[in-house]
Amino acid sequence: MAEAVRQCDVDVVAAYPITPQTIIVEKLAEYVADGRFKGEFVPVESEHSALSACVGASATGARVFTATSSQGLAYMHEMLYNVSGMRFPIVMAVANRALSAPLVLNADHSDMMASRDSGWIQVYAENVEEIYDRTIQLFRLSEDPRVMLPSAINFEGFILSHDKERVRLLEDEPILKFLGRPRPKHKIDPDAPLTFGAIATPDTYYEFRMQQTEAMNNALHVFEEVEMEFESFSGRKYGAVDAYNTDRADVIMVINGSAAGTMRAAARALNAAGEKAGVLAIKLYRPFPMEQVVSHLFQTKAVITMDRSISPGAPSGPISEDVKSAMHLAGLTKPVLSVVYGIGGRDLSVEDGKNIFGMAKEGNSFGTPTVMYGVKA
Amino acid sequence: MLEPIKGLKELPTEEPLSPGHRLCPGCGASIVVRQVLLAAPKDTIVAEATGCLEVSTALYPYSAWNRPWIHSAFENAAAVASGIDSGFKALARRGEGKEHPIIVFGGDGGTYDIGIQALSGAIERGHKFLYVCYDNEAYMNTGIQRSGGTPRGAWTTTTQVGSARAGKQETKKDLLSIVVAHRVPYAATASISHWRDLMTKVRKALSKDGPTFLHVMAPCTRGWRFDSEKTIRMARLAVETRFFPLYEVDNGVYKITFPVSSPKPVEEYLKLQGRYSHMFQPQNAAALDTIKKEVDENYRHLEKLSQFTSQLYAPQTA
Amino acid sequence: MSWKQLEEGAVVKGGTSASYIVSGWRVKRPIINESKCTNCLICWIYCPEPAIVRHEGGKVTIDYDHCKGCGICETECPPKAITMVREP
Repeated sequence: MAEAVRQCDVDVVAAYPITPQTIIVEKLAEYVADGRFKGEFVPVESEHSALSACVGASATGARVFTATSSQGLAYMHEMLYNVSGMRFPIVMAVANRALSAPLVLNADHSDMMASRDSGWIQVYAENVEEIYDRTIQLFRLSEDPRVMLPSAINFEGFILSHDKERVRLLEDEPILKFLGRPRPKHKIDPDAPLTFGAIATPDTYYEFRMQQTEAMNNALHVFEEVEMEFESFSGRKYGAVDAYNTDRADVIMVINGSAAGTMRAAARALNAAGEKAGVLAIKLYRPFPMEQVVSHLFQTKAVITMDRSISPGAPSGPISEDVKSAMHLAGLTKPVLSVVYGIGGRDLSVEDGKNIFGMAKEGNSFGTPTVMYGVKA
Repeated sequence: MLEPIKGLKELPTEEPLSPGHRLCPGCGASIVVRQVLLAAPKDTIVAEATGCLEVSTALYPYSAWNRPWIHSAFENAAAVASGIDSGFKALARRGEGKEHPIIVFGGDGGTYDIGIQALSGAIERGHKFLYVCYDNEAYMNTGIQRSGGTPRGAWTTTTQVGSARAGKQETKKDLLSIVVAHRVPYAATASISHWRDLMTKVRKALSKDGPTFLHVMAPCTRGWRFDSEKTIRMARLAVETRFFPLYEVDNGVYKITFPVSSPKPVEEYLKLQGRYSHMFQPQNAAALDTIKKEVDENYRHLEKLSQFTSQLYAPQTA
Repeated sequence: MSWKQLEEGAVVKGGTSASYIVSGWRVKRPIINESKCTNCLICWIYCPEPAIVRHEGGKVTIDYDHCKGCGICETECPPKAITMVREP
C-alpha cells in the first residue's frame, strides 16, 4: 500500500494512526525519512482533521491520500460527505475493523458499511496484490473528469493489512504514464479566485446531489475502461465481480472481502464431491454493479448472501439488501438466504463454507430469517 | 517583509470583499475581514469555518470573496489550512506553482470551542498561516447561543436572564494564552476601531515563518443588542475601558500596543449593550463588580507580563 | 436550472455578490456633504459592505446599490460630513 502511494506520485498524505492501519503510515514515514517519498506527510491530530487537510491539499490541485479504520472512519464520517460533495478525488485506504462498542481490534465491514451512502466509490480487495493494484487504479478512476469522486479501497484489518504475501510490483514508469498528473477542473489560484464550499438552498441542493449521483453512475463504465488500461501494462484484471462456477451452480454465494477466497475453496471441495456450488465475489461495491451481479444469478436455484456487518432492525445486511434489490429490478425471483458472518473478526473456515452452502440446499430459503452464523449458542 | 502602514490612502483601492453579501447592516465581522485583507498581499488564500461570515458571504450562486476561498466544515478551518499549506509545499517542490499567504477566518464558536483541536494541531505542526478569530462572543449565526468566548454575565439565548440565573456564569476563555502556550512566533489582539494597530499586526504576523494568530473583537449589533451605527464605537470602548486590551506576544515577549493609562469605566461599555442591561439592576451589583475586577486584574496581569517577558527574552528578529 | 448546468461541487466564481442589490435593506441613506469632506477615508475603512467607493485624489462616493444604511459612516466621520437621511 505504501509502495503504491509512493509510486503513484502522491503529493500529500495526511493521516492519523489507528490499529490496524498504523503500518501503512509507519511505512510511509520511513519513505519520508530516507527521501523516497517526495510528497508532504502531515501527521494530523485526528482523523477528522486528516480528511480536512486532504480537502485543503486537494483544492490546490495536489494528489492526495489518506488511510484509516473503524473509529477513525466513523470520526471522519462528516467529512466523507463533505469531500464527495465538493468533488475532490481523494483516495483512502480503509483497513476494515469493527466499530465499537464493545471495542475490538479485529475485522468486519461495519465501518465502511456505516458510510456506504457517503458518495465514495468503494472497492473491496481479496489479497495484498489486489490492494496494491486497486490503489493505483483508484487514483486514475477518481481523477477522471467524468467521475471526480473520492474512492476507498477496503481490506480487512489484520487479515489483509498485516498479511505477508508475494506481490509482483509494477515499474514506476508505466504507472506514472497511466495516471498522469491530476487535472482538476477547479483549484486554488489567486489569478482566478474561486469560492469552494458555498452554502446552497433547497432550490439547488438536490441538483448538486444529482450531479454527484450521475458521476457515481458514470464510474461504473469508467471503472471498466480503467481496468482495461491497467491490464494493458500490468497483465492483471479483476473485474467488478469475480464469478466462480456461476453458470453451472445450483447454489451461488454472493460475498465481498477476503472470505471470498475461503468460500471458493469450500465450493471447489463441494464440487469435487459432486455438488454444484458457485461463488460470486463483489469487488466493486459502490457503484453497485447491478447488471453484472444479476447476470450471474439467472440460472441458479438458490442464492446465499454473506454480510460481514449487521444492520440492526433491517430485513437483512447491506450486501443482502443490495443483491435482493438488484434481483427485484431484473424481475428475478429466487430464494435468498441471508447470512451474517465474521463479526468482530470471527474466523470463517472452509468447513464453515461447506455448512453454509448446505443450509441453502436444505430447504426453501423464502421466509428464513437472517442466519447469524458462528454465534456461540 | 511587508511595508509598515503609513496611511489609509496607500491601501489598495481594489476591494478584497465585494459588497452585496448578506451580513447584517453594521456587522463587525465584515469590517474585520476588510481591514485584514486590505493589509495582506493580493495573492492571499482564505480558509474559513462555518459561521455568520461564511453563510452570508458565500451563498450559491453569489460569492463576496475576491480571493480564493474555501470552506469545508465548522471545526476544521485550521486543518484545511494545513492541507493547503502542505499542498503548496508539495507542488512547489516539483516545480508546479508556488506558495501563497494563507489567512484563516474562524468565529469565536469555530475557534474557542469546536475548532480548538484543529487549531492546536495545525499550530503544533508549524504550518504557515495567519489565523484570525473574529470574536462576536457567541454562536451568532445559529441564534446568539453562548460560546466559550461569551464574557461573564452576558445574556445569550442559552444563558438567559431570569430569577434563578442571570447571564453567563463562567468567564471568557483566555484563548490567546492557549495559543501563546504553543510557542507561536506571533499572537495578538486587535480591534477594528484601531485599524492602524490591526493592520500593523496583520503585516507583522504575515512576515513570520510559522503559525500566527490574531484575536479581533467583532461587535455584533444583533446579538449584543445595540443600534447598527455604534459598531466601531463599541469596539473602541472595549479597548478604552480595558475590557479588551490591545497587546501582542512576539516570540514570547508581551507588549501592550495601545496602553490605556486612564481607563473609562467599564459600565460605559456595558450599558450601551442590551445583553448587559440586567447587570444594572440592584440584585446583580455583585456580578457587575466581579466583571470590573476581572477587567482590572487582567490588564494588570498583562502589564506585569510585559515587564517580565521583556527582561527575560532578548528581542528576536523575524 | 437543469442539474447538468450547475457548477460541479457548487464552486462559485469570486466576487459575484456584487450583482446582488441590497439597497432595499435600508431605512436611512448616507449623504456626503462634499464641502465638509476632507477625504480622510475613515468612512471607507469602517464600512462593513463596502458601500463606499474610492476615487482619484481620495474623493469618496456612496454605492447606493449596496449600502444597507447602518450609519457607521455618519457616526465615525471626523468632520461630520455625512448625514443619514430617511429614505422617501
